[in-house]
Amino acid sequence: MDSKKPNRRGFLRDGAALAGLAAGGARVAAGQTQGQPAKKIEELIAYGERSRFVTSTRVPVVDRHSPDEFGLTFHVLTPLQDQFGIITPSSLFYTATHRGAFVPDIDPREHRLMIHGMVDRPLVFTMDELKRFPFVSRIHFVECLGNRARASHKTVMETHGLTSCAEWTGVPLSLLLKEAGVQSGASWIVAEGAEEVKGASSIPLAKAMDDCLVCYGMNGEPIRPQQGFPLRLMVPGFEGIYQIKYLRRIKVVDQYYMTYDDYGHITQDPKASALTHQIGPKSVITYPSGGQQLQGPGFYEITGLAWSGAGAIRGVEISTDGGRTWKNAQLRSPALPMAHTRFGFDWKWDGKECVLMSRCTDDLGTVQPTRADIAKYWGQPEDKVRIQGADNSVQPWRVAADGSVHNGLA
Amino acid sequence: MGASTMGLRRLLLLTAIFGICQTGWTQSPTYGLGKTPAPDEIRSWDISISPDGKELPPGHGTAKEGAALYVRKGCAGCHGPNGWSGGHAPTLISSKNHPPNSVPCLAPCVNDSNAMAIHSPYATTLWDYIHRGMPIGREGTLTPNEVYSLTAFLLYKNDVIKEDEVLDQQSLPKVKMPNRNGFALPPPYKHGESRLAGYP
Repeated sequence: MDSKKPNRRGFLRDGAALAGLAAGGARVAAGQTQGQPAKKIEELIAYGERSRFVTSTRVPVVDRHSPDEFGLTFHVLTPLQDQFGIITPSSLFYTATHRGAFVPDIDPREHRLMIHGMVDRPLVFTMDELKRFPFVSRIHFVECLGNRARASHKTVMETHGLTSCAEWTGVPLSLLLKEAGVQSGASWIVAEGAEEVKGASSIPLAKAMDDCLVCYGMNGEPIRPQQGFPLRLMVPGFEGIYQIKYLRRIKVVDQYYMTYDDYGHITQDPKASALTHQIGPKSVITYPSGGQQLQGPGFYEITGLAWSGAGAIRGVEISTDGGRTWKNAQLRSPALPMAHTRFGFDWKWDGKECVLMSRCTDDLGTVQPTRADIAKYWGQPEDKVRIQGADNSVQPWRVAADGSVHNGLA
Repeated sequence: MGASTMGLRRLLLLTAIFGICQTGWTQSPTYGLGKTPAPDEIRSWDISISPDGKELPPGHGTAKEGAALYVRKGCAGCHGPNGWSGGHAPTLISSKNHPPNSVPCLAPCVNDSNAMAIHSPYATTLWDYIHRGMPIGREGTLTPNEVYSLTAFLLYKNDVIKEDEVLDQQSLPKVKMPNRNGFALPPPYKHGESRLAGYP
């Protein structure tokens, strides 16, 4: 190759082996390592991708591999420890499915949404018709009830990786329901997906008419298949199972339908039951967090995420002494209703063992509880308390004297 | 006779039109988008079964017929010949005499030994789920008779109904499930209200 006139394109196309060698690469004067992307430049011009030096990936939940024996995808965790700001990249958004499901390959031209049941005018919409309605874009988190299924997991990805946040674009469900004309006496809707198991959940009509969205957009593009392409119901602040993917049908009804997905949530205690729809105020420090390593005493920026199913985050407090004293953190992102909110806290580590905690307060003034608070409420010992609803208790991270960080509950 | 039938039809038509106009006064469509599905289309899409069973299709089945289908349709392959030792799929038949499944149960996870036939307050939940979600990979292929039979088989094996009991549109919703009174609904949703007063 002529060194004066390098045929860069030819090099990229033909020089896969050379590119591989270059990946190990010599250092240039500026001290940066130069490598060659593996894809053709034409492909990368059409559709960009992240640096090959950025390797953050999702992993299946600790107790269950995906794909499983049936080839089904179950629950896949998002790497919270690697993320900045409040938007989860769509490729890293956590994934959970009804039963474990095959991700359906839906042709949007064939997809339909039917609204029927206790309505004056049953309606069927094509995707094109839905996109002609007035729309909104809103930033909301989605969190699985099973997030933090076990308190003792090692990393923040394992303990809290079943929550993610995105910008969602779609039609207010209330608008579509009004278009169909909801009849008096209706009190619930049953929303259903088009995947092979046709996962369905009962949702209060009051919530459906309040702030739910029938979404076709996510982070500026059509919703990804793993997130429900081409249509997903957003039920802000409610557990992930209600955010029906591949939405194909909404039936307006006068009773709780006790679907397969509903029945898994039932409990005899009305107080426990009251905690099953909406996610309580919750926060977690993502840095420093379990499995990470501090580089010795000095300045660190403690950061993490806070969110609540009841509204926006009003404030976050940090404790660096295991919960004895608390100081206000700063909100470093917009604090939006039912959205992840990024916080930061200036901290000088003295090199001694300590326990870091965060707790948030939401719009309603509800303060995120500790496990001890929850145990006291149910009258159970702290180490044995079964937390009802999603576990939103305070997460302690223990920083050892050698700078290694561990789950304070493990 | 013919004239009176026609008169009745005309009356029904007028009632229908009047009905549409009347609702039109209170809540009229603003955008005029979407199409009105035909009743047949709604019926073929609507697979929801309410606890009172009003959407259940005609058909019937018994536990004996279900036992044969349990093998023939491949259920035993994943759930085990006894309904609990399949390894990969959730426990269907609960018994104090067998160990809990070693494989974590599928969502929604109640717990491995807590089979749906014991835990769901309504038998309609079983019928609905078998109908929409089973067998895996061939969902939606079971006939109503087959779903009634398989539901009867699971309820019988869990000591909820007798072996010769026939399940159909009328009898299925009346099955007295052991956990009938074992659940409470969340309180009515209100925007901007906390989940549970006094909860920390």
